[in-house]
Amino acid sequence: MDLSNIFNSISFIKPEIVISITLVLTVLFDLIFDKDKKIIPFIVLAGLLISGYFVFAQLDFSNSAFEIGNQKYGMFILDSFSNYFKVIILLTTVVIVFFSTNSSEVIKTFDRSGEYFTLMLGMTLGMMFMVSASDLILIYLAIELLSLSSYVLTGFTKTSDRNAEASLKYLIYGGVSSGLMLFGISIIYGITGTTNLYELNTLLQAANVNLVTLGFALVLIFVGIGYKISAAPFHFWTPDVYEGAPIAITAYLSVASKAAGFALLIRFIKTVFVSYTDVNGSWHLIGLFDWQTFLIIISILTMTLGNFSALTQSNLKRMLAYSSIAHAGYLLLGLAVLSDQGLLAVLIYFFVYMIMNLGAFFVINLIANKIGSENIHDYNGLGYTSPLLGVSLTIFLVSLTGLPPTAGFIAKLYLFIALVDANMIVVAIIALLNTVVSLYYYVRVLKHLYLTKGDENTASVIPSFQGKVIVLALVIPVLLFGIYFSPIVNFAQNCLTILVK
Amino acid sequence: MNGFPLLSLITFLPVIGMIIILFLPSSKVKEIKYTTLLITGLQLVIAVFLLSNFNYTSSGIFNQSTFQFVEKFRWIEITGLSWLGTVKVDYFLGVDGLSMPMILLTAIISFIATLSSWNISKSIKGYFALFLLLDTGMMGSFVALDFFLFYVFWELMLLPMYFLIGIWGGPRKEYAAIKFFIYTLFGSVFMLLVMIGLYFSAQEVLADGSKVFTFNLLALMDQANYTADGILSPFNPNNLRMVAYIALFVGFAIKIPMFPFHTWLPDAHVEAPTPISVILAGVLLKLGTYGILRISFPIFPEITTQLAWYIGLFGMINIIYGALVALAQKDFKKLIAYSSISHMGYVMLGMASLSTVGINGAIFQMFNHGTITAMLFLIVGVIYDRAHTRGIYDFGGLASQMPVYTGFVTVAFFAAIGLPSMSGFISEALVFVGAFGVETTRVLAMISTLGILLGAAYMLWTLQRIFFGKLNEKWSSLADLDKREYLMLVPLTVIVIFLGIYPAAVLDIMNSSVNELVKFVSTGFQNISISGL
Repeated sequence: MDLSNIFNSISFIKPEIVISITLVLTVLFDLIFDKDKKIIPFIVLAGLLISGYFVFAQLDFSNSAFEIGNQKYGMFILDSFSNYFKVIILLTTVVIVFFSTNSSEVIKTFDRSGEYFTLMLGMTLGMMFMVSASDLILIYLAIELLSLSSYVLTGFTKTSDRNAEASLKYLIYGGVSSGLMLFGISIIYGITGTTNLYELNTLLQAANVNLVTLGFALVLIFVGIGYKISAAPFHFWTPDVYEGAPIAITAYLSVASKAAGFALLIRFIKTVFVSYTDVNGSWHLIGLFDWQTFLIIISILTMTLGNFSALTQSNLKRMLAYSSIAHAGYLLLGLAVLSDQGLLAVLIYFFVYMIMNLGAFFVINLIANKIGSENIHDYNGLGYTSPLLGVSLTIFLVSLTGLPPTAGFIAKLYLFIALVDANMIVVAIIALLNTVVSLYYYVRVLKHLYLTKGDENTASVIPSFQGKVIVLALVIPVLLFGIYFSPIVNFAQNCLTILVK
Repeated sequence: MNGFPLLSLITFLPVIGMIIILFLPSSKVKEIKYTTLLITGLQLVIAVFLLSNFNYTSSGIFNQSTFQFVEKFRWIEITGLSWLGTVKVDYFLGVDGLSMPMILLTAIISFIATLSSWNISKSIKGYFALFLLLDTGMMGSFVALDFFLFYVFWELMLLPMYFLIGIWGGPRKEYAAIKFFIYTLFGSVFMLLVMIGLYFSAQEVLADGSKVFTFNLLALMDQANYTADGILSPFNPNNLRMVAYIALFVGFAIKIPMFPFHTWLPDAHVEAPTPISVILAGVLLKLGTYGILRISFPIFPEITTQLAWYIGLFGMINIIYGALVALAQKDFKKLIAYSSISHMGYVMLGMASLSTVGINGAIFQMFNHGTITAMLFLIVGVIYDRAHTRGIYDFGGLASQMPVYTGFVTVAFFAAIGLPSMSGFISEALVFVGAFGVETTRVLAMISTLGILLGAAYMLWTLQRIFFGKLNEKWSSLADLDKREYLMLVPLTVIVIFLGIYPAAVLDIMNSSVNELVKFVSTGFQNISISGL
């Protein structure tokens, strides 16, 4: 790798550089402003916005960076697909910063807010590299950067045993699965002699690889990614970690971290295993490993397990954890179509999922600030005493179910359009029946909010002005995009390009 | 006439009312109630105005130019990528003889239900806001001519209904509400799948000659629009039209509700407050049969002809089964709920005949069932408000105590039985004439006549048990009807008797559309292979 290559490449990672600088600044300001740390969230926000500016500035780029030797494609890819996910990650991070400053359990630890935001930026940086990485080594490093930061953040508040348990569990599961993933990577390297995804594609097309060995290695790699997106059967950590972590971090993990994992999985499949994309948008696989069947099985397993486990949960965070597992199942189904239609559905779904899931978590956060509980039985009658939050939560949950006129319906619609167009009718029916099951547990929350009588102690949760603004900023798009969805679809359509050979 | 968006107005007027109500403080109970009354009253005025400007000879069904008060503009247009093409959804509203009676019915029932909601006492603001949202969903479903739009309105009704039953309902309201919600969603997810399947099977030709996939119901009725290889295209030898038809039918059948998907109805009715029962029986059930006539019949004509007998069979089962179960009820409201199931069976039987007379009868029966059952539920509400019980055996001899009330009850019961000079008689007679006249449904019609006998039995027996015999001393202080109750019952009574004497008032509205529909279905899609299943 010569010097000019490095200098050329640096211009492609401006957003990541900005995040890194912000991270350093956060540490510095943490040391300088020892007493009053109110400024730190603003620095983080400023960094995120500047980084977002650079993402938009290079939205349509299709470049590779950091080539080694005479490689045509380097280890870092800048394409509209990666930028789409960077937008989602940055937007989520912005919301999470506000989320944290509105969360009493996080505010209690704000004497350590420098560490908190540094770790959060560490996660952001890891995710941003994940969505752009095209080399197994960089992929692994990015995942580790994300994971190590999130282990700490999960246990950051140190308020309960639950908190520590979550952190430890996350660490152990994470350690094992990334170890397995590394094992898979080393097998791949052993077979092919390269870690570059594009070279892998060339070699796999030409070479005569042993299918068993390759399949074994891929399953191991999938363990690492499946753990990040909490796909069954690698989802067991999710409910415990989501329940134990501070709500802000739970929301962050359930949206951004999952987005990064999906982006990685999609890029991995598309770059390594697709020989060409035809005019109808279908991806033609190198016939080595039957990704479609594999993904369909995993996704049906994931959504069914997620939905049925959610039915009996009475802790809302835990319920949303299972619901996010179920949504990962729907998203995997979009990928399993293995076509541009499926990819479009996944992109739209993620955007909508980001808004509605963050919204649901945010409302629960505001309520938990006041009543100190996420138990559904403590929500009785809350819809009457806290009208804004009650109605907002209703809209978010209806959207998560996928009913019109909310954005959740549009996301599901595009998913099923992709499935029907690919003639995957049976799978579509299974997913639709899953939707019906999910209705039960989402509506159960509404039942406690409105149908069950509260007692005279029912708290009235009136959010602060900032809280109101954030809730409305999340509710309005859910309704607006449900009625007029062209903007999301257009944005997603413009970001379908994954740089391939 | 063509300039003013009357249909949008009648559909979204309730939403405007809802927004006004949401801005009123919840202490302004009177203002909230009168706003709702005003809105539903205005809706009724618009509906009557639509009727007075309605062209009786314009047939509608599949031809946009013969639809009336049409509003059509591009709602969503996403110029897409090669493989998805342009995604377009039209905001497309229109009225023909099929929907006009239903719009009238919806407006009447909503107005009456508002009056009947007067003594709701819990969270009044929320109640009327949800009530109006439900109203928009119902009206929108009847005027929408784009499948996507129809689906949005259809689903829009679920959440308000869930809350209206769940919050303001009886003791087992939570169970009834979630049961209703899950049943209906179960049906509509299949509808969604069929909708997407149809979308990929037909392409509409736009003005500039380009072809795009479409949700437009009228375009989906034109065989020429179907692609060669769409999965629901009649030209595709391996098409799944039969499966899709059944899936769609189940979606609608749950709403009717058709045996064996009827079990949500008795629960929902028994637990729902009176006005919501009125809406449910008066309008919501009709959406099921309306959907079949508007969507299933003309989009799948060849399958409709094939499966007509089964539709009739289930109609017959509904008639007999509903009546038998009604006979065994001890709860007044549950009895009416099961009688509803029985009466909706006539609608299905009439539709199954695929004859002009039969379908005319079916739609007329939809209208009449809407008014008569609304009346019956109001009647139950009146007695429940006073006595706080609905047990049929708890009463007796009320005729002497509440003579006027008994008079209205007798009219409603006779109308439900189908006594001549009442509207119910005409529609049931038409249904039977239609069903007898056609070879396929003749036997079914013969067996179904048993339903009339059973209907008379449970109705008259109930009349006897509640109103005749010795007066239970407990009820010696029950007051007769008050002014508001007169206001609810008199208009419905007038409609029921008027249409019994002069049925042409409604029949003429739909006649030409029904003729067109029957012709369209019998001609069907030509030269196609039917396969699948």
